[in-house]
Amino acid sequence: MQKIYKKYFPVFTLPTLIAYAICFAVPFFMGLYLSFCNFKTISSAKWVGLSNYQFVFNDSAGFISALGFTVKVAVVGVITTNVFAFALALLLTKGLKGTGAYRTIFFMPNLIGGIILGYIWQLLLNGILIHLVGADLTFKASYGYLGIILLYNWQKIGYLMIIYIAGIQSVPADMLEAAKIDGANYWQILRKIILPMVMSSITICMFLSLTDCFKMYDQNLALTGGAPANQTAMLALDITNTYYNRVGFAGIGQAKAVLFTLLVFVIALVQLRVTRSKEVE
Amino acid sequence: MQERRRAANIITYVVLTVLAVAFLVPIALVIMNSFKNKLYISDQPFALPGEGTFVGFSNYIEGLTKIKFWNSIGYSLFITVFSVIIIIVCCSMTAWFITRVKGKISSFLYYLFVASMVVPFQMVMYTMTKTADTLHLNNLVGMLVLYLGFGAPMAVFMFSGFVKGVPIDLEEAALIDGCNPISMFTKVIFPILKPISITVAILDAMWIWNDFQLPYLIIGTKYRTVPVAIQYLKTGYGSIDYGHLMAVIVVALIPIVIFYFCCQKYIIEGIVDGAVKG
Repeated sequence: MQKIYKKYFPVFTLPTLIAYAICFAVPFFMGLYLSFCNFKTISSAKWVGLSNYQFVFNDSAGFISALGFTVKVAVVGVITTNVFAFALALLLTKGLKGTGAYRTIFFMPNLIGGIILGYIWQLLLNGILIHLVGADLTFKASYGYLGIILLYNWQKIGYLMIIYIAGIQSVPADMLEAAKIDGANYWQILRKIILPMVMSSITICMFLSLTDCFKMYDQNLALTGGAPANQTAMLALDITNTYYNRVGFAGIGQAKAVLFTLLVFVIALVQLRVTRSKEVE
Repeated sequence: MQERRRAANIITYVVLTVLAVAFLVPIALVIMNSFKNKLYISDQPFALPGEGTFVGFSNYIEGLTKIKFWNSIGYSLFITVFSVIIIIVCCSMTAWFITRVKGKISSFLYYLFVASMVVPFQMVMYTMTKTADTLHLNNLVGMLVLYLGFGAPMAVFMFSGFVKGVPIDLEEAALIDGCNPISMFTKVIFPILKPISITVAILDAMWIWNDFQLPYLIIGTKYRTVPVAIQYLKTGYGSIDYGHLMAVIVVALIPIVIFYFCCQKYIIEGIVDGAVKG
């Protein structure tokens, strides 16, 4: 059978592979090479060794500041979204009537694109801030920071909640029943049975929200656009701005992109390790 | 005991209702402000439209015609629908092939796709844009090729996981009955893949409809998809006509809400599936 199949390799795989090569494989290696070059167009690229990378590490207002801001958003964003999503999932799996409608509402923001989300929250937060302090989101980096966290919570809670609900529902009912008969109270059931049983959902949700946060671009662009003075630019926005808003900085933008890719890979690998070690148990 | 449980249930309902209202406030605010004069939006977004600030549908009429928003919805629909179809067809075939035909090439391709899921868009953004321009893919049909390329890693990964569980006996029987691999795939395998096809279709439809950077960079000047058109409401000096913006956002939300209410069940199953397997 394998022999018959092998003849059909081109029919089954070539369309996908060609498209993949155009989007990923070829640009990836070109990009890797160009990160060591100084260039305005690809044909005029000149090899400059590690100087792009040197610049990136010495330019504290660029990549380093964006990295710091991204980590700040990611840490708080991941914790808040996961805690709220888990709490909501617990409330919605208590067997109350009519919880479907709540689930529908909480999940809806997740379908809205990042650009639209950004402008919705810009309107809301500017309205509040102008009343309270007489300034808008772009006035101070801390306002933009808070805005991104709020937006991210609004967008992601429903999504993570759905995954947590599926996890909690897969806890066997007779196990919970037995614990109740033995006289365990709600907190004991939550800590000793539900939490360990949904551990795999927790790792999945942490990973999804973490990588999502690191790659965030649209929301950041629409909400603050990096203002004031690039202080609220996350990595993806900072890299894009380096490419397209500063003439002669394309090589440096590419070097930043390579570092960004490495960083995301490290996060993914660590995550994979953690998930694997949990699965053995 | 009964009393206490009832009290607890009431508290739960109250908490959930308050949160649900809070979740709906941002959208209600946008709808409300879309009927107001632009001068009263960014300063007083919480004031109801009233005498002097209410402008009826003029924001809608001006905003939609100014940026030709109907065209944008058309472009977005075209790109989303056809990209999803192409991704489903091509990636299910590729995934089936590299799962069934064991060998070095197959496992290399599989791990290549898995690794590609992690790569951030910015890594290939610049070089991919240049490649696409060189190959004249900067048009609506070219976008379909690009979405196939960018969608392939996740789609192949998810289809492969499903194919592993499909019994091989079915294929043998079909081949003995005189099918060639292509007709065997279309008649026997593809129908079995229906559940995972729906999951991939939903995840990809949501991604492509909302995607901003790729259409912005490749076809942003000629064909503005919905997110790109909204971003273009911002002028070069950073100012926005908030009246137009609100009206356009409301119109952009309508297809999403319709899609959500039509296939809510599939969307939620798809999300859980995608998360657990991804």
